[in-house]
Amino acid sequence: MTSPANTATDHEPPSGSPSPESSNTRLIKRHSPGTRVWHWINLVALVILLMSGLQIFNAHPTLYWGDQSLSENAVLAIGARRTAEGEARGYLQISDYRFDTTGVLGWSQHNDEYSQRAFPAWATLPGSKWLAMGRNWHFLAAWIFATSLVAYLIYTVIRRQRRRQIFPSAHQWRQMKQTFLDHARFRFHHVSDYNVIQKLTYIVVLFGLLPMLVLSGLAMSPTMDAAWPWLPEMFGGRQSARTFHFIGAVAIVLFVVIHVGLVVISGFFNNLRSMVTGTYRINVSDEANQRDER
Amino acid sequence: MNDDTSRRVNRGRRKLLAGLGALGAGTLLPGCDDSISRNPQVREALGSMEKLTRGAQRLVASRQSLAQEFDKSDIAPVFRANGTTDPQEPEYLRMVENGFADWQLRVDGLVNRPLELSLAQLREMPSRTQITRHDCVEGWSCIGEWTGVVLGDLLDQAEPHDNARFVVFHCADHTYGRSDLYYESLDMIESYHPQTILAYDLNGDALPVANGAPIRLRAERQLGYKHAKYVMRVEVVESFRDLYGGKGGYWEDRGYEWWAGI
Repeated sequence: MTSPANTATDHEPPSGSPSPESSNTRLIKRHSPGTRVWHWINLVALVILLMSGLQIFNAHPTLYWGDQSLSENAVLAIGARRTAEGEARGYLQISDYRFDTTGVLGWSQHNDEYSQRAFPAWATLPGSKWLAMGRNWHFLAAWIFATSLVAYLIYTVIRRQRRRQIFPSAHQWRQMKQTFLDHARFRFHHVSDYNVIQKLTYIVVLFGLLPMLVLSGLAMSPTMDAAWPWLPEMFGGRQSARTFHFIGAVAIVLFVVIHVGLVVISGFFNNLRSMVTGTYRINVSDEANQRDER
Repeated sequence: MNDDTSRRVNRGRRKLLAGLGALGAGTLLPGCDDSISRNPQVREALGSMEKLTRGAQRLVASRQSLAQEFDKSDIAPVFRANGTTDPQEPEYLRMVENGFADWQLRVDGLVNRPLELSLAQLREMPSRTQITRHDCVEGWSCIGEWTGVVLGDLLDQAEPHDNARFVVFHCADHTYGRSDLYYESLDMIESYHPQTILAYDLNGDALPVANGAPIRLRAERQLGYKHAKYVMRVEVVESFRDLYGGKGGYWEDRGYEWWAGI
């Protein structure tokens, strides 16, 4: 049922009328139920993790390198200061560079009142300054996210079909340059297989970025650090782990922006349907070309 | 599977996915509105995750696994003080004035031999010195060298009853002027951990008032709010339900987790 080799006959559009594209396209089952459920659980969990994470960050809006929070090791800080005229301005400081971010970072409005807060109320969960509740949300979503990530990684590694979906073939490696050029020209081939850029991105995110977020999060736990001393060490200390956790969160946001952008421009409805019902429309001639090249 | 059933299954799936989507969209809204976070049932459900976390962490961290100890060169120039840093309670100010000469630590509750120990008596007991990293719930960390009495030694002297389950630390300060005194509690596993000490020295000198003079708790596998300062009394109990807000600590009574391992 999940095999991409499935023929179109079972999956004609419910209307029954032939689609105008039906002459050179065909519907296949692209995403397994496991992948689809995991994808949407992740969306919910990551939104909660990001917003509650910003709430937690707001309790101490400075990041450092090393084991501890020494001001000389600060790499990023969000704050507010008063100008000589007494006007409050919010700022973001990265290393020696300071940016005025009044209205968004450092100094922003909540319930018709301006106050000092690193990330604005609309970006945090809960909206008000409430660290205890932010932590509760964060750990609930973290349990869901981490356990489903581990399950999905195991599923990906043990299933031959998943491995073929995720790891590039020898042919794809050879075609890498062409794939990059096609991508740069926004020429998207609607075929059953992922291309090499997609596969490499998913490998980096699945096996690099997402586990790094879980591990750097755990490295901030004093009990975990006592149990697994290598955990804070692999990041260069607890405060470094906190900084990596933040960088990882920014990377996820960038990934989601690019991901959603590509989903929209490469066929929004087709892509969305494939992640909801599993059904994806491929271009028959593109698919045939790809097979011949192999 | 005929077409009809498969369509019905698909419809069911669509409903499930739509539900998940709605939940996802729903989580975007409370950013501006705290009503979900104020809902008692939501709070209880979220709070129950604490038990899962505690169980999992107890599984991977053995009773004896030690928090990392650092070198002298890692010690922070100034140990950051947080929460109450300058108690104004008249009774406490009197004790500061005479150098805690008539201060006594009480160890009582469910014990066979209640104790009353002066600071000098505590200093005569075997001590432990450790350079450890203090991790605040807010996110910052600070390294300092602590010397004090191992809590397990004190408890052994006091001989807890068989039904003893928690050790409660009663403090001298009203944090942020609230009516209830600061207090904290540990279970017997953390209380008997080798690095759990009642510290009277910080970085080789007598503990300053800002950091909890005359003694403060160090529970190195827990977040900072567990490390009660200005400790006046150690009480062994079976349950903390009847103490103050009933959640086992000053911050716990205000929504923070009793298990402060993460």
